[in-house]
Amino acid sequence: MTKRMARRTAVAAVAVLAVVGIAACSPPVKTSAGAGTGGAKAATSTSAADLGGMAGLVDAAKKEGTLNVIALPPDWANYGEIIKGFEAKYGLTVNSAQPDASSADEITAAKNLKGQSKAPDVFDLGGTVATANHAMFAPYKVATFNDIPASLKDASGLAVSDYGGYMSIGYDAGKVPAPKTIADLLKPAYKGKVALNGDPTKAGSAFSGVVMAAQGQGGTPEDISKGVDFFTSLKAAGNFLPVDPTPATIESGQTPVVFDWDYLNVAQGKKLTGTIRWTTVIPTGAVVGGYYVQAISKDAPHPAAARLWQEYLYSDEGQNLWLKGGARPVREAAMVAAGTIDKAAYAALPKAVGTPVFLTASQNDAANAYLTANWAKAIG
Amino acid sequence: MRLRAVRRRRQTLFRWVVVGLTGLFFALPLLGMAEFTTRAPGGGRTLQTWATLFNVTAVDADYPELRTGLLASAGLVLLTVAIMLVMLVPTMTWVRLRMPGMRRTIEFICLLPLTIPAIVLVVGLAPVYAWVAYFLGESSLWLAFAYVVLVLPYAYRALDAGLSAIDVVTLAEAARSLGAGWPTVMWRVILPNVRTAVLSASFLSVALVLGEFTIANLFSRDNLQVAINLLGKRDSSLATAAALTALILAFVVLFALSFVGAGRRSHQPDEN
Amino acid sequence: MGALLGVLPFFAYTTIFLLVPTLVVVVGAFLDGNSRPTLANLSALSQPQIVSAFSRSVLLSAVTAVLGAVFGALLAYAVSTAREGGTLRRMMTSLCGVLAQFGGVTLAFAFVATVGFQGFLTLWLQKAGIDLAGSTWLYEPDKGLMLVYTYFQIPLMLIVFLPAVEGLRPQWREAAESLGGSTWDYWRHVGGPILAPSFIGATLLLFTNAFSAYATAAALISSGSPIIPLQIGGTLSSEVILGQENIGKAMALGMVAVVAVVMTLYAVLERRTTRWLGR
Repeated sequence: MTKRMARRTAVAAVAVLAVVGIAACSPPVKTSAGAGTGGAKAATSTSAADLGGMAGLVDAAKKEGTLNVIALPPDWANYGEIIKGFEAKYGLTVNSAQPDASSADEITAAKNLKGQSKAPDVFDLGGTVATANHAMFAPYKVATFNDIPASLKDASGLAVSDYGGYMSIGYDAGKVPAPKTIADLLKPAYKGKVALNGDPTKAGSAFSGVVMAAQGQGGTPEDISKGVDFFTSLKAAGNFLPVDPTPATIESGQTPVVFDWDYLNVAQGKKLTGTIRWTTVIPTGAVVGGYYVQAISKDAPHPAAARLWQEYLYSDEGQNLWLKGGARPVREAAMVAAGTIDKAAYAALPKAVGTPVFLTASQNDAANAYLTANWAKAIG
Repeated sequence: MRLRAVRRRRQTLFRWVVVGLTGLFFALPLLGMAEFTTRAPGGGRTLQTWATLFNVTAVDADYPELRTGLLASAGLVLLTVAIMLVMLVPTMTWVRLRMPGMRRTIEFICLLPLTIPAIVLVVGLAPVYAWVAYFLGESSLWLAFAYVVLVLPYAYRALDAGLSAIDVVTLAEAARSLGAGWPTVMWRVILPNVRTAVLSASFLSVALVLGEFTIANLFSRDNLQVAINLLGKRDSSLATAAALTALILAFVVLFALSFVGAGRRSHQPDEN
Repeated sequence: MGALLGVLPFFAYTTIFLLVPTLVVVVGAFLDGNSRPTLANLSALSQPQIVSAFSRSVLLSAVTAVLGAVFGALLAYAVSTAREGGTLRRMMTSLCGVLAQFGGVTLAFAFVATVGFQGFLTLWLQKAGIDLAGSTWLYEPDKGLMLVYTYFQIPLMLIVFLPAVEGLRPQWREAAESLGGSTWDYWRHVGGPILAPSFIGATLLLFTNAFSAYATAAALISSGSPIIPLQIGGTLSSEVILGQENIGKAMALGMVAVVAVVMTLYAVLERRTTRWLGR
């Protein structure tokens, strides 16, 4: 008996030591071929001037040769074309990983892959996650930094808004009648047809969808309860589909009505021209907007390429590509004034009638608290 | 005689009814996928998606990650099955022969990977893989170490069922008393008798590796399912067709695998 | 001591790649956001939605495990009566091998495409007068999700249980018959007791398989987190409510505890059936 116990304790001790050893120490950081004086310089530069202007930045990036991006599906605000444009313009290879990752997953991936060559170089995050993780970013001011409104950027360039849009309802015009207001969706014509892009306690887009429903039902930015009540009624009427709407479910007609960002619905519509008449509408008086934020990882394996990517995204070319995807570029006002905006794409944006609502941090927190307490009950 | 014939007829009927009904149940969702891939805009059927998929050069040019993912998965399959068999079969036999008290411990350890969802396991695997990346590089192939762990519950159960069906102790003792060394006992006495179990364990490993998505995705590595997922972001019909093809491919691989080792039995000399 | 050497490779491997990750998670369950020890995560587990998620998960896993075990065992027996080395057996085992690991977004999509509101089977049955689209049954954890889980539980049972069924010697059946026993007598006194341990063990595997399954449920039920793996996914991936990762680890610890309890029950049950067998 004692022999077995001794053996067991020995095994347990080894196991505990192993845990402590492995979890506590990270492996020594490998100095990769790309690093050295060039890489170290790029990792601390806060603007292109630090590397000798744009030309110096492009050279440093070309030496690195690759860029790791994460959570950028090709049909999200035209990222497919943006990535291809970047690759063609500078001859770099872009590795796009985890297209389904949420903003929180991006930060987790950066932590999990720290020190490895596959770690993400840049992040595209929702506002909440960006604000909470400034410690993971490197400050960088792009060439066009001054064009960006002050409320949409961090003063030192840690996290800067890049593109945004308004919440919309996308629907198959051939299968369901056009919804003019949020309340229309409670009608029997929409039975088993309405899907929300995710869970509002998990995904930023679904959260904004509930806020839009609240606005459409007469609520205020401070109070999200009317939105949750709407979804309760939607479920009671049998109209609410809990399934996750993907391009496949939209194309196969399983989710004929989807709450999502306008640029995402517009992209689906473009992709499905000829198969489905996927129409995007922003309900009158329920205009809820949100911007997504770009940041550079502090431990980016390819720091120069990361900074070049930022320059590209905020350049006129990049901003117009967002516009082509139906998203509103952050430098909108400046580009309209300078006449560099893509006028045709600008005119083609979905019409938003009403004052846009952008939730402040405190309104966000209040809504979160309400949702945490009530969403599961409303839907479950 | 008559009883046996009646029983055999009943068995045949039972077999065809059960297999038929279950086959129908299995086929329906697959038909759902196939139906989606053959839809033509404006109603009707078309084979356009399949034609695109089998235009291999075009697909490879447009979606290079499909090839890297497929190659990575092929390598992962081989490595995972090899490590799993080499590690599990001798260990389980050894435990039955020499340390029967350890059986519960081994059983719990082998069930542990299944108690934790993969998304949480990744949180724990991250520091371990940081070291793996340091020593062995960052190839997708080293995911095999995690895959072996994932496959442990299934492989253990299959091998346990097989080892329970034969009298391992007597077989091993008989072989040892005839002078066989341990490798001979394992390779020529035990292994042929648990052929079905070993095949089952290998089947599950192959299928698991080919169907695994979460861990490869969360470590940003390449793998067949990761590639198909990325493909689905651009063309959902093509991705569904690719997923169906991957299932058929896995089926073919397993079917071929089922012929391994069978030759020995059919070529056994007639003793009389 | 020499005997221990034989299991050393296994223990070394599982320590590095299984026990260490598990311990990282378990230790994380007792830490708060600043890596200081706390019991707050564990007490968070007593919240009503987490408790109900646990009970729903257990119910879902138990029901699909039993359904999968029963139908899978029937299928395994049916396949075992086929000629060994014949095509039917090879095809069924290969098909089941593939379907046992078929899951995630693709499986969810396949089911929605078949029996969802616009599924081809739904539309076809509507013509025959049966309306499957009356409610969102497919997306509920106690109806549709159970059906989808059974889809991979049955093949898994076949693969895992077939080796045991093949261990039944035909001589035993003939001996039972020559003693005047009926089919029922054979199964009750010979076949059943021999297969019982493997059957229960396989059911345990099916239970755990369903208990921790995440990807399929996430694709099918993206709103609300009625089962525990979805709750854990929410704590790790939420971009709306941050800082909950350690509660997710506490939930994972809870899952390990549940499986440990089920394993104990299984051990008790196995000891009883071994006694029944007389070995």
